[in-house]
Amino acid sequence: MSNPLAVIRVFALVLLVFALTMLVPMIVAWAGRDAAVTAFQSGFVATFLSAALLWLLTRRHVDELRVRDGYLLVSLVWVGMPAFATIPLMLYLPQMSFTDAYFETVSGLTTTGATVIEGLDTLPFSINLWRTGLVFLGGMGLIVLVVAILPLLGVGGRQLFSAESPGPLKDTKLTPRMAQTAKGLWLVYLALAVLCTLGYVWAGMGWGDAVMHMFSTLGLGGFSSHDASYAHFNSPAVEAVAIVFMTLAGMNFATHYMAIRRRDLAFYWIDPEIRWYVGVLYASVLGIAAYLWWTGTYPDFATALRFAAFNTVSIATTTGFANTDYAQWPFLAPMWMLFLCSFVTCAGSTGGGIKMMRAIIVFRQVMREVVRIVHPSAVRTVKLAEAPLPNKIVFAVLAFSFAYMAIIVSLTLLMVFSGLDVVTGFSAVVASFNNTGPGLGEVGPSTTFKSLSDFQTWVCTAAMLLGRLEIFTLLVVLSPAFWRK
Amino acid sequence: MKIIILGAGQVGASVAESLVSEANDITVVDTDAMRLALLQDRLDLRTVAGNASSPSVLRQAGAEDADMLIAVTQSDQTNLCACKTAHALFNLPTRIARVRSLDFADHAELFEPENFAVDFSICPEQIVTDYIVKLIEFPEALQVLEFADGQVSLVAVRAFEGGPLVGHPLKDMRRHLPQIDARIAAIFRRDTPIIPEGDTVIEVGDEVFCLAATKNIRKVMRELRRMDKPVKRVMIAGGGNIGHRVVRALERDYQVKVIDRNKRHAEWLAENVRHALVLQGDATDEKLLGDENVDQMDLFLALTNDDENNIMAALLAKRMGARRVAALINRRAYAELLQGSQIDIAISPAQTSIGTLLAHVRRGDVAAVHSLRRGAAEALELVVHGDAQSSQVIGRRIEELPVIKGATIGAIVRALPPKEKPVFTEDLAEERQCKVIMAHHDTVIQAEDHVIVFVVSKSLVPKVEKLFQVGFAFL
Repeated sequence: MSNPLAVIRVFALVLLVFALTMLVPMIVAWAGRDAAVTAFQSGFVATFLSAALLWLLTRRHVDELRVRDGYLLVSLVWVGMPAFATIPLMLYLPQMSFTDAYFETVSGLTTTGATVIEGLDTLPFSINLWRTGLVFLGGMGLIVLVVAILPLLGVGGRQLFSAESPGPLKDTKLTPRMAQTAKGLWLVYLALAVLCTLGYVWAGMGWGDAVMHMFSTLGLGGFSSHDASYAHFNSPAVEAVAIVFMTLAGMNFATHYMAIRRRDLAFYWIDPEIRWYVGVLYASVLGIAAYLWWTGTYPDFATALRFAAFNTVSIATTTGFANTDYAQWPFLAPMWMLFLCSFVTCAGSTGGGIKMMRAIIVFRQVMREVVRIVHPSAVRTVKLAEAPLPNKIVFAVLAFSFAYMAIIVSLTLLMVFSGLDVVTGFSAVVASFNNTGPGLGEVGPSTTFKSLSDFQTWVCTAAMLLGRLEIFTLLVVLSPAFWRK
Repeated sequence: MKIIILGAGQVGASVAESLVSEANDITVVDTDAMRLALLQDRLDLRTVAGNASSPSVLRQAGAEDADMLIAVTQSDQTNLCACKTAHALFNLPTRIARVRSLDFADHAELFEPENFAVDFSICPEQIVTDYIVKLIEFPEALQVLEFADGQVSLVAVRAFEGGPLVGHPLKDMRRHLPQIDARIAAIFRRDTPIIPEGDTVIEVGDEVFCLAATKNIRKVMRELRRMDKPVKRVMIAGGGNIGHRVVRALERDYQVKVIDRNKRHAEWLAENVRHALVLQGDATDEKLLGDENVDQMDLFLALTNDDENNIMAALLAKRMGARRVAALINRRAYAELLQGSQIDIAISPAQTSIGTLLAHVRRGDVAAVHSLRRGAAEALELVVHGDAQSSQVIGRRIEELPVIKGATIGAIVRALPPKEKPVFTEDLAEERQCKVIMAHHDTVIQAEDHVIVFVVSKSLVPKVEKLFQVGFAFL
């Protein structure tokens, strides 16, 4: 066990960067003279001072970070940062409990997008900007950002990176230097952000709405500044822009990076994960549209396709926007959408769930077992894009999938035990754990998570963190073996 | 000719054997002195022990006045390095290297004089693979050989009861196939060559060598035996160098199962094939073969590097119901022993691949050489140069040429584009204009014709070469 104080020193630096991001809504609030100025001022000062104090106390501990420390740091950042993020919210909305505020900020940073706040339209612009800004920060990962802009993390960069970014194959380095990779990913992210904002403005949104919804879209979060979410705009053009950028954000950003860097669209085709992602996603869109049309939910196919496309892409990519109360659709459709959100997005994207890559690997492993039963002497490897995967990774993926299912089942039982009905409990857990947002029943797209009890809210908060950090990062830190000297 | 052969492995030894018998001065270089001693006991040649790519060893082997270097050691790197050394230090005129790795072979510019200085690169494994793939395309044939860039094919077929031409004289073929010009180049009856004449009657069991334009080959074969069902399922024993290449070539179009004994190698194989099913086990284990439905296989190929295993596996597979079996057999004694036994096709890697090498060693412009019947007979593709004055053949009818008993001119390909210029798509139309002419007694040979000559005994090759050589007056 190395020096935990060294970990806290880096945590202080990350927190310092985070405090600086609070300046943006503060300036916006000040310029717009809205009611949240003091809330952001206090929030910034409190966070900045805490970070500075922590750094002063630990500044002498400049030990090199080890692999384990990476897990500790990432867990610390993801548990601690939302707590500081609650300060402006709680100051502005004094009636809000810490439980709810913490849920809200975790929901933002983990790009879940489930909210406990009603009356979003009445909130000042700066508060909504802060909520959606959290989604944008959490999407690519704050630590990735810090690795990119603070070279002083140096050696520990890669461990941190792999503990934070999602997907089974974490050793793929795009560039020899980790900081360079992190910078590249953030640049792609920012480039998409610019395009997405322009797209929304072109489709008819105001600049403020465009920026906030861009944050939410690219982070695959789902926060909106309107209670009615996208139904507020009721514009097919806006929905089309959203669909395009949600689809792009659900792809591996490393592939975007390579395609832009080498100016070759073939990278999208070569990546088997993206082929499956796009195929499954859009096949589902068509299937659900046909189903809605066939069951008579919508009178014509075009309307069915419009609603099916937006809501299916939104839920499957774990975003969580809605332009209609799809919970009213025949039960099969929302269930299928909820099922999709648990695996459709690509590794290395801003989405949640087990990721398409793992789903492919699990599927191939199942096929391998089938072949092994038919041909007992057969030798087969699980391959991805012609490259064989070592058994080590296959086992890790199987263990992950098992842990994933076990957590969903046990958290659902916990929710039901605390008094929820099965549909609400199960869908709340799935929607939180996959960082999707809206569930079904009491936590459906037309309602919020406000009706949950404090205990249930904490369960959802834990599920969101577990889901965003892909279970093992948190499990490792919670395991006794980690702390044994 | 003075030839240095680097590497005394399977390929090196059979090249040496083949070339010694054609009155060349051979020096073989290898690191293994034992192996060299064995070779020297058997053949009349000189040996040098040492690292094949080192200048001193090459000098010792006589690189200074050698005419040709054939680098066929196990290692691509050694072969390439030796060619460069021979070029740079000794200015050795012709350098041939065996290059197995596709990584090298795919970059032709590496072989240019300023780089590795390789005149011709050969890959015996690839040649054997192509040969096996051809056999699967024509499952009835014992051997399929191509000439003149694939314009003309020579197939060896065993005559079976039920073929329309079997039991009839050859001249009936013209009646059976009025549209098609084909020629029976030779018949081997109980291992004795028969020079085919119009009245020769084909008997059941004859090995018939038949020459025709590639597109007509199937129709000609149909005359000699009933056609088999096309091959769908293939089982391969041994996933080594040749086995792996064959799997890669076949797995897209056929259902392929490949058995390898070595666990680690089987794993490597599984990582390096796309669709084929890799099985780990012993190809001579009847339980494994039974479990994997060997009786449903259209073709069983035994391609390990162990002759005995190949023979046993092939015999076992045949016994268990595989439709056709083929075995890779390196030792000539075994191959002769098994001809006409339960094993349908015995493939001799050395004899299959040696033709490509021989084409470079021969005098005159020889475009292709194919060894037939394990090296006893030969089919040559000669390019005729010169004019009516300098050449003995140009402008003459075939019946006017001096008769060499045992050699037949089978076909002539006219206006074939020269090989040195790569054929691009726009040139394809031009390429198609080349004409395949079956040789008749009154056919006149022109300059730049590719003449395909079938020789029943190898001892006749020099005479044929001399006939087609350009006279001194021309030089």
